[in-house]
Amino acid sequence: METVFTRTPTLKDCTTHYCPGCGHGIAHRLVAETIDELQIAPKTIGIAPVGCAVLAYDYLDVDMIEVAHGRAPAVATGIKRTNSDKIVFSYQGDGDLAAIGTAEIIHAAHRAEQLTVIFINNAIFGMTGGQMAPTTVLGQVTATSPQGRQAIGQGYPLQMSELLAILPGTVYVERCALSGVAQIKKAKKAIKHAFELQIGGANGLSLVELLSPCPTYWRMTPVEAMQWIEKEMTKVFPLGCLKNDQ
Amino acid sequence: MSEKKLICGNEAMAEAAIIAGLDAYFGYPITPQNEVTAYMSRRMPELDRVFVQCESELAAVNMVYGAVATGKRAMTSSSSPGISLMQEGISYLAGAELPAVIVNVMRGGPGLGNIAPSQADYFQATRGGGHGDYRTIVLAPSSVQELADFMSLAFDLADQYRITVMVLTDGILGQMMEPVILEKKKQRKLPPKNWALTGAKNRKQNIVRSLWLGDGVLEELNRKLQKKYDEIQKKEILCEEYEIENAEIIVVAYGIAARIAKGTVDKAKKEGIKVGLIRPITLWPFPAEQISRAAEKAKAFLTVELSCGQMVEDVRLAVAGKVHVEFYGRSGGGVPSDSEIMKEIKQLAAKR
Repeated sequence: METVFTRTPTLKDCTTHYCPGCGHGIAHRLVAETIDELQIAPKTIGIAPVGCAVLAYDYLDVDMIEVAHGRAPAVATGIKRTNSDKIVFSYQGDGDLAAIGTAEIIHAAHRAEQLTVIFINNAIFGMTGGQMAPTTVLGQVTATSPQGRQAIGQGYPLQMSELLAILPGTVYVERCALSGVAQIKKAKKAIKHAFELQIGGANGLSLVELLSPCPTYWRMTPVEAMQWIEKEMTKVFPLGCLKNDQ
Repeated sequence: MSEKKLICGNEAMAEAAIIAGLDAYFGYPITPQNEVTAYMSRRMPELDRVFVQCESELAAVNMVYGAVATGKRAMTSSSSPGISLMQEGISYLAGAELPAVIVNVMRGGPGLGNIAPSQADYFQATRGGGHGDYRTIVLAPSSVQELADFMSLAFDLADQYRITVMVLTDGILGQMMEPVILEKKKQRKLPPKNWALTGAKNRKQNIVRSLWLGDGVLEELNRKLQKKYDEIQKKEILCEEYEIENAEIIVVAYGIAARIAKGTVDKAKKEGIKVGLIRPITLWPFPAEQISRAAEKAKAFLTVELSCGQMVEDVRLAVAGKVHVEFYGRSGGGVPSDSEIMKEIKQLAAKR
């Protein structure tokens, strides 16, 4: 019998801890597939964030390091600068990258670090129980914005990719969504491109933002969550390539 | 290599770290240690090694965390307020058992304090500083030569025990120029870094982490850490005992305070006062046994610090009430003078 589909080797054969309908599983798979297709597993070092994806090393079969909340781009800098022959990526959520780690990502980009960043934006803090994130959209009800997020007092949704794209130190910034087959295919292409840039020695940081469902804390079914990404999230976080210098 | 050079403490320490095999330096400007960052920015690229001026001390310590996780020798240096910011990273380094070297050229605090010399970060350095059950080895040089010599020791200790080693010095030693011999030291026999992130080629993946959610797993890890700390306490205490054989008064001081106090001890002896000096060189592990032993014979202790009284607590714990422990300190940039220390010694002698 012909094998037409199989688990990609870098994705470990194990039980997931992620909630039903969560986007992390898809994102992990896309990263793992990319690593395998580019045959870089033996020279890849990954950085797991604080947040739901802290256990990313339980799923991705490459050398990995767990870091303090938000500090992934600094740790990645330390790794890549001392190991220029390695492929270094960070995998960060929106609490991690857009709140506590804003300084680290901005400055890693500003220094044109040769890193690849996978940025999971689910508009909420998942791990700690569904609190408002900088990326939470206006009106969105969370554990810490029970009246719905108000711009005055709670701030506007922070568009990190747009911010990063204007820095000369980024070579590639694209926003994709994990909301359906077509979008996931685009996301895969973007992730692969981001890794290829680093492999090719591109002089700067490449980042792919993935709008990702969190049905548990959005209080939705998985299907509703996918629809909410397309209907609501993409209004604030439009999909597409923001920068591709190469 | 082995000729004497007149050089300031900060630069001597920087060059000594380079000689000890430093692969990467990550720093952020702060007075009074700016000579280190400037020196590294010139020397490291010359040697094709890594220098990064970071956006913050938080970033600096985390870059060190990343570099040492791959098995490289990396360090950062800062001064008190910057070291406070690094405490998060130091706790993670401890949890992940990574070998790092951090230099604190102490200045006056709390808060922004001032840029004058101080020893007021003793508690922070010796108690861990960050969150959780951990220790760092703390080395306290008292001359520019020692500041240089302790860099290779710091890297060796860090690699041997997979621990953070803090070199705790102050604005005087950092800025002061002294003749120094900078030479390569014989390296200790060190264990292989088979835990390092080098890419999972022909081996299983390596994971560097400090999160352990399973029931009892973290407790087990913490017990393992404690065993390591016990071993360090048994094997790595360094302490100078000066003229203590017949001493009735023992001065205890470290770093620059010990340097000053040693001169005072010599003077007091000439005046017929039976006084000696114990200088802890490792502040953690603390030479409690040496002090306890001295307390069997001495009649009083005088602890001298550039602080309002921090190490004196460890001295009192070691003396355990056997004899009186007096304290004299200056804070916020004040430096105990020879005559001030002499006055304290004479007061103690008069009570005898």
